[in-house]
Amino acid sequence: MNITVCVKRVPDTATRIRIADDGRGIMQDGVKYVLSPYDEFAVEAALQLVEAAGEGQVTLLSYGPPATAETLRSGLALGAHRAVLLTGEPDMDGWATAQVLASELAGSDDALVLFGIKAVDDDQQQVGPMVAELLGRPCATAVAAMDVEGGVATCRRAVEGGQEVVEMDLPAVATVTKGRYEPRYASLRGIMMAKRKPLVEKPAPEVESGLVVEALTYPPERPDGRIVGEGVDAVAELVRLLREEAKVL
Amino acid sequence: MMADVLAVAEVRDGVVRSVSREVVSAARGIADSLRGAVDVAAAGGTGCGAAAAGLGRHGADRVLAVEVAAQVDVRATAVAELARAGSYGAVVFAATGPGRDLAPRVAARLASPLLTDVVALDVDGGQIVATRPVFAGKALARVRALGAPALLSIRPNVFGVADSPREARVEAVSPPAEAETGYRVGGFEASAGAALDVAEAAIVVSGGRGMKDPENWHILEDLRDALGDTAALGASRAVVDAGWRPHAEQVGQTGKTVTPKLYLAMAISGAIQHLAGMRTSGVIVAVNRDPDAPIFGVADYGIVGDVFAVAQALAAAVRELRNS
Repeated sequence: MNITVCVKRVPDTATRIRIADDGRGIMQDGVKYVLSPYDEFAVEAALQLVEAAGEGQVTLLSYGPPATAETLRSGLALGAHRAVLLTGEPDMDGWATAQVLASELAGSDDALVLFGIKAVDDDQQQVGPMVAELLGRPCATAVAAMDVEGGVATCRRAVEGGQEVVEMDLPAVATVTKGRYEPRYASLRGIMMAKRKPLVEKPAPEVESGLVVEALTYPPERPDGRIVGEGVDAVAELVRLLREEAKVL
Repeated sequence: MMADVLAVAEVRDGVVRSVSREVVSAARGIADSLRGAVDVAAAGGTGCGAAAAGLGRHGADRVLAVEVAAQVDVRATAVAELARAGSYGAVVFAATGPGRDLAPRVAARLASPLLTDVVALDVDGGQIVATRPVFAGKALARVRALGAPALLSIRPNVFGVADSPREARVEAVSPPAEAETGYRVGGFEASAGAALDVAEAAIVVSGGRGMKDPENWHILEDLRDALGDTAALGASRAVVDAGWRPHAEQVGQTGKTVTPKLYLAMAISGAIQHLAGMRTSGVIVAVNRDPDAPIFGVADYGIVGDVFAVAQALAAAVRELRNS
């Protein structure tokens, strides 16, 4: 069973974000980039599903700048077999990104296309289901665990108030969230082997964006907080402040 | 001119969910700028139209009721057909679990971009300009949608509910032809004590590692109960990873982003990954034994001390306030 995992290179969430002088992007120096944390769950899911099937390959697919090759190598070091990089500059228009990815996936007969439930930079949670629509395949989102048998993927979705079980006929698409899949660490051998695994780079097709980012700003600073007091003696004053000053009780 | 706005309601078990009132209120705001009307798309089970009629109170002129199966791909087809049939400048969803599942499928069918988790809206030159958090809330992006309709989802608890009462006409729309989609919903397993999703709660009581043991959570459950039925429990990543609490309650990176009007961080140190999920809350209260815990850096009010004792005293004080 072959699986493609679509991944994105994003700033590490611990990185300080500084807005560039043009006010529309972020400064690149000093920013550490990583594989988006939810994509790690998707990669782990793919590796476990292929291991359970006893055969098959995991392909990583990304749309991003040339430096994304490093991110893909880190995914290959985890055990993925090959990678494809569509070089370009994705913007916030997830529909444009979905069209770019679908152009590559249309020629693939992989049983599953997996995504992380979201990328932690733009945080939109949309590209996976959009790609599924473009490919005309069923799509389960927020999948915490899945099993494949007899051409059917049985997914446990994390939904409000519990878990929903969904069955999909393959080929299918899923977005993976935290649940069964605890990302593995790369072994030294995995890192060495990743250097020799195939990584194909080609320019992404041109797709027009339907959005314009006009400005990035910092969120308003929170006013300085205060320590109301120590221990239970401070509770009465806290309740008074929440009621009279903050007006939330 | 595409002046009307389509507000996509969430109807569950014959009841319109509270967040849909915010969606209609936001849609009314856009429609007033565009000088258009607000239609509600109510795609759900039997009686979904009647259930949504009350949204007239918040500015809906018309309710378009499509009685379809609850499964998301069927609802997406129904909503996309409604969106195509009208002359809409915007289609507004809620950035809830069901909304996040539905909206991208509708967007793809309409070949349109989608702006998610919107926290502020403007209409400029007939186009929608939306503000949304990026980089885990470390920046805000102001984004213009070039085409129409502009598709967007609003973050719960941000826009609020506005009164703009009118009599909403309910019109039944025939459901789309049934098709085999290869997607089948099987069972549902409810998790205990999660009546209200943490991402939609107006008040969140969140617990961290400093709670010491999952057995101690009854203290936070009692505080939640004292705060009423708009309160829900949250959790830090550490306690979810330790298996003390379900992932559904996790706030922060690899969990949920919440914007309640009151966030109570109980025994949470405040790692940057946690702050990413709650820093845009209205009022933040932190209770922690450690006066140097980073959570106090974002808290509006802090109490240093024993979290169990403070939580119990707080529950008692809130009950006294509610009963007075």
